[in-house]
Amino acid sequence: MLGRTAGGLFWAFRYLERSDNVARLIDAGLDMAQSPASEVEDVWKSVLTTAGVHDDYQTANGGYEPSKVINFLLGDPDHPASVLSMIEAARNNARMVRTALTRETWEATNECWLRLSEALSSPVKESETQHVLELIHRQSALVHGSLHATMLRDDNYSFCRLGTAVERAAATARIVDVKYYVLLPSAFHVGGPLDNAQWEIVLRSVSARHSFLWLNQGQVTAAGIVDFLVLDRRMPRSLAFCAHRITRSLSHLDRMYGEDHESRKLASEMLARLEETSVEKILGTGLHDFLLAFDADNAQVAEQIATDFRFYE
Amino acid sequence: MLFNGQMGDKTPMGSVAFDEMTGFGGSDGGRRDCYDSYGAWYDTEDPKRLRAKVRQARDVFRTTGITFNVYGGGDEGAVERLIPFDIVPRILSAREWDRLVRGIEQRVLAINAFLADVYNRREIIKAGRIPEHLIVDNAAYTPQMAGFVPPGGIYTHVVGVDLVRTDEDEFYVLEDNARIPSGVSYMLENRQTMQRMFPELFSQVNVQPIRNYPAKLRQSLEACPPPDPSPRAVREGRPTVAVLTPGLHNSAFYEHSFLADQMGAELVEAQDLRIVSGRLAMRTTRGYQPIDVLYRRVDDDFIDPLTFRPDSVLGVAGLFDVYRAGRLTLANAPGAGIADDKALYSYMPDIIEFYSGEKPILRNVHTWRCSEPDSLAYVLDHLDELVVKEVHGSGGYGMLVGPTASKREIARFRVTLKENPATYIAQPTLSLSTVPVFDNSGLSPRHVDLRPFVLASPGKVDMVPGGLTRVALKKGSLVVNSSQGGGTKDTWVLADA
Repeated sequence: MLGRTAGGLFWAFRYLERSDNVARLIDAGLDMAQSPASEVEDVWKSVLTTAGVHDDYQTANGGYEPSKVINFLLGDPDHPASVLSMIEAARNNARMVRTALTRETWEATNECWLRLSEALSSPVKESETQHVLELIHRQSALVHGSLHATMLRDDNYSFCRLGTAVERAAATARIVDVKYYVLLPSAFHVGGPLDNAQWEIVLRSVSARHSFLWLNQGQVTAAGIVDFLVLDRRMPRSLAFCAHRITRSLSHLDRMYGEDHESRKLASEMLARLEETSVEKILGTGLHDFLLAFDADNAQVAEQIATDFRFYE
Repeated sequence: MLFNGQMGDKTPMGSVAFDEMTGFGGSDGGRRDCYDSYGAWYDTEDPKRLRAKVRQARDVFRTTGITFNVYGGGDEGAVERLIPFDIVPRILSAREWDRLVRGIEQRVLAINAFLADVYNRREIIKAGRIPEHLIVDNAAYTPQMAGFVPPGGIYTHVVGVDLVRTDEDEFYVLEDNARIPSGVSYMLENRQTMQRMFPELFSQVNVQPIRNYPAKLRQSLEACPPPDPSPRAVREGRPTVAVLTPGLHNSAFYEHSFLADQMGAELVEAQDLRIVSGRLAMRTTRGYQPIDVLYRRVDDDFIDPLTFRPDSVLGVAGLFDVYRAGRLTLANAPGAGIADDKALYSYMPDIIEFYSGEKPILRNVHTWRCSEPDSLAYVLDHLDELVVKEVHGSGGYGMLVGPTASKREIARFRVTLKENPATYIAQPTLSLSTVPVFDNSGLSPRHVDLRPFVLASPGKVDMVPGGLTRVALKKGSLVVNSSQGGGTKDTWVLADA
């Protein structure tokens, strides 16, 4: 397979994942803004920061009026990180490498773009927001569904999965870090119950509030959340899960190609660092530094994948 | 623009066009035999259901991403458009098709023989059948190909022959597309869409399948390996085939990716390619891998900046040397365009006769060369009946459509023509056949043309029974171009009854 094709698949699924993550953040923001305890402005400011686009937003807009923030994140065609722009980028990558996708997967991706560009062609009304967010989740789930159900488990498939896992790991790390950094500089007093509503946004942003509460019988502690989102392999958006996923895909490629790639080694090391630590150690030495180091590891793995598999000349 | 080719823009005044469903019968309900089964089915259909099917077809095309890119219109970049698809098939009988096949085979063999001759011994010029200047001074003549014989002696691996019809048995060749004809993906997708929407119809009417075109294309390309194939090709017993596209923004990108996909070949762009150890190679996830046969959908001018246009970013520096060294097959061969040049069109009957020793089976549209005094005199006398066009013009510029032109336009054109007769040719306006399209008022006749796709390999000319039918959707219009409101139809060739 062509190196450019591998890169196209990787990026198509990175962009798809990123757009879905932005939709999740908006979802969380809407929930939070309705809770009586929170300042609406803080919520949306925090959503923008978590999405990593706060400064871009301020340059283009100003103020934190919900509908402005939401439409900036969803459908602003001039904003390269809006859901619309990213879905378009995902679809253009997929179109470029169409021969590497099954017809079903391509059509699901194309339909995802068609539906969303229609839904986001004009500013979304407040009453329609929830519906649009659901549409984003559903369309992207259809793409993943077709991928799983129809694609051969060969290198094409591995590069799609790698794109998703690398992007998801980066998103979860950023979400946890932003909350830690912005809101909880001194909250880690040994595991006391936490009622800071802002932590809820973290769980909601990764669609994990329900599973977390169920697993912990309703007990919300900072250590519990960190353990869940960083180290719990059962949680499909945790760092450990994603690192495991990345390592598995790269091992699969190593076996298929009969080669030892540097990226697989780096990924194994990244995974080992997660497996060898504990939530106590992480909190002891500093969550922020830990997350920064993870993010750097993850970015390095991504770069090495591009080199090993010749994405670019 | 995906398609080119222009037939003037109006039906000649007062003439009645041959309708392929009803003959010359008009609206009295009589149908030609090949439309019997289809007609019986159509009569029992509820127009409301058919209208829903039209919408459904549009959705299928949109979801599948069967689009072509249109440039311009002020906005940056290209816009993706759908080509309108009409649900009434264009039907040909087995007998009609067989005759077309014989004519097309004869023509494509002659075109390849002509190209081999033009770039080597030039017997046809020595024999005085074609003036030398028409070849050597022609922009489509590629001196870099002189003295070189491409792998298997094949110049045009894929040819699109544009045909029009004027009567029961009258087919004319409008032009031969010997460079990189496009549209075959529409032929295939149109059929698939029809089968998806009207499965019952295909169990009632015995339509010959066309689905194996991509397999045939692959076989045909594989049958032309370079004389010095890559070690990998030798090991595996088959050459590595790739499709070269200018990229995502090319108007026919959909088709390029479709064909690569269907053939199981890599779809490569210039950025994937480089010359490695004297071979054209593509950058794969496991390093550079040589390519033996390149089905290139990039124009001659752009394939190698060292040999052709130096500013090209769509090609690979050094590719042509690899080709000349016998380590690569290019389909089609560079320089094949001399065979479909407008200046040579009127010589096609001579060309066919010269190489096949037979009379042409398919007719050319009669063409007066205004460079010849007798022809010029005739043309000047009949300007109000003829279409006069510049040999090297395109897109309808510098052209006179006699039957619809005003007296003043004709008078003005007369002056231009007399000043520079050698650059003009003239043809009669043909009364093109129609096939009905389905619209809100039911069936209405619209003019059509037909482009079958022909595959040439050593000792073999192959085609699937069908082609792309383009239809002018505006009433009375003869312009079938997709960029100017033309649409397409599924083309059926019936199995022998």
